[in-house]
Amino acid sequence: MPSVVNNLNHQELPLIEVIDLTFRYNRVEVLSDINLVVHKGDFLALIGPNGAGKTTLIKLLLGLLRPHRGKIKLFQRDLKEFKDWALIGYIPQKAIHFESFFPISVREAVALNLPQARWYDFWTKKINEREVVKALETVGMQDYIEERIGHLSGGQQQRVFIARALVSRPQILILDEPTTGVDAITQEKFYDLLAHLNQEKGLTIIIVTHEIGVVNRHVNKVACLNRSLVYHGTHAEFCQSDYFRQILDEGHHLIGHKH
Amino acid sequence: METVWSIFHYGFFQRALLAGLSVGISCALLGVFLILRKAAMIGHGLAHVSFAGVAIGLSLGWLPLLSALFFTVITAGVLVKIRQKTGLYSDTVIALVSSFGFALGILLVSLSQRINVELFSYLFGDILTISSLEVIVSILLALSLVIIIIVYFREFLYTTFDPEAAQVAGISGDKVELLLTVLSGITVVLGMKVVGILLVVSLMVIPAASALRIARTFRQALLGAVVFSLGEIFIGLCLSFWLDIPAAAAIVLLSFGLYILIVLLTKRSAQ
Repeated sequence: MPSVVNNLNHQELPLIEVIDLTFRYNRVEVLSDINLVVHKGDFLALIGPNGAGKTTLIKLLLGLLRPHRGKIKLFQRDLKEFKDWALIGYIPQKAIHFESFFPISVREAVALNLPQARWYDFWTKKINEREVVKALETVGMQDYIEERIGHLSGGQQQRVFIARALVSRPQILILDEPTTGVDAITQEKFYDLLAHLNQEKGLTIIIVTHEIGVVNRHVNKVACLNRSLVYHGTHAEFCQSDYFRQILDEGHHLIGHKH
Repeated sequence: METVWSIFHYGFFQRALLAGLSVGISCALLGVFLILRKAAMIGHGLAHVSFAGVAIGLSLGWLPLLSALFFTVITAGVLVKIRQKTGLYSDTVIALVSSFGFALGILLVSLSQRINVELFSYLFGDILTISSLEVIVSILLALSLVIIIIVYFREFLYTTFDPEAAQVAGISGDKVELLLTVLSGITVVLGMKVVGILLVVSLMVIPAASALRIARTFRQALLGAVVFSLGEIFIGLCLSFWLDIPAAAAIVLLSFGLYILIVLLTKRSAQ
């Protein structure tokens, strides 16, 4: 078996560094000795079978869970001391699973993530309007600013959630299975948008996905997780790896969650 | 000559109206958040707890409003901590706490010789006997709640809409949950005299549920819930006086009727 970490020599300091990370849930080891680095401009796909610990790893990166052992550094700072959460945009797996009757407009949803917003900004329309509109323009949703989110299609809702993440001007965007339940054409448009944000805007992206086709078309780094890190390297080498061949041979290894 | 408008000249009716409308504002605002957080029954659970608080006050000769306020707020805090520490569903914790509160209340009532008909005014509401102190406390609570919701609008809405993303944005969902539950406890205690322990949850749920059927934005939902609540309490109180029927029943049945009407109208417009 080839080395787990392949050809990741970078001159720059990493934006995210995971060092010997282990996490246990109810005494069961969910993640073991994970070592992972993410550099500026990376478009990293985090793939693996159901129960591999992908979402757990994301939650550890975001400080939503505490590791049992090991260390996480964000922007060269220890996670425990990291405070600039506006630098990280996050779209949870459950983001689009809200009640359809939830009365929240696109404007309100995007403005929620304005870190510099003060309490009275939410009661005046004009303040921060420019930031909200700009984020919506980036994802092509500016014409829907007054719409109730529940009235939008799944693909449109995902774009609004990206706008919400972008409004805080993050350097890293983390998406946890963002296209679950979205049709193939919408998925394709969605990943084109992510590729645009990565290539044109220089946004570093980490995406948890089951869609191996996406991995092939858009990302430049791949991390395969199955409780431990099975593969971590460039996309080009991933395509030559034993793990990729195994996935192609046994396609059932990557099965999306059923929601 | 007495007219239908004469009631507005009576001091007891003015007090009832002021307290009712103030409690109505508080209940409606909290109700929108509680429904969307799938914790609508928290008002019902805390109302049962407040029954024990009233029983403690009546049996020890303390002011029932204050003993209920103290006991309910403490229990509200404990309820949140239990849920957060054990990971139990909200409805399970509410069922646990409400049954404990009601059982304790029943025990105290049966042991005490001093409890009289006053207990019934808390169980079923007696808005026309509301005191000036209760009116002032209700107005102050409503004002405080409006200010808190305006100032912490982002925190309340973000943790309700997407708790995980809110936490990443640095907002503590646990603190917001604690604040909302404690405020619900205070509101429930003040709502006891308006519609009674057994019906106070209706003031939280029905106007908010009506507003949620028609609102497009969150601010519209909050405003709509307040407007429905104020209208229903005002008309309910007047009907109660004019038709000589219990105020609590008049308010709740009117609210329920309006909710059904809105459901039918919005269903038709959706088709």
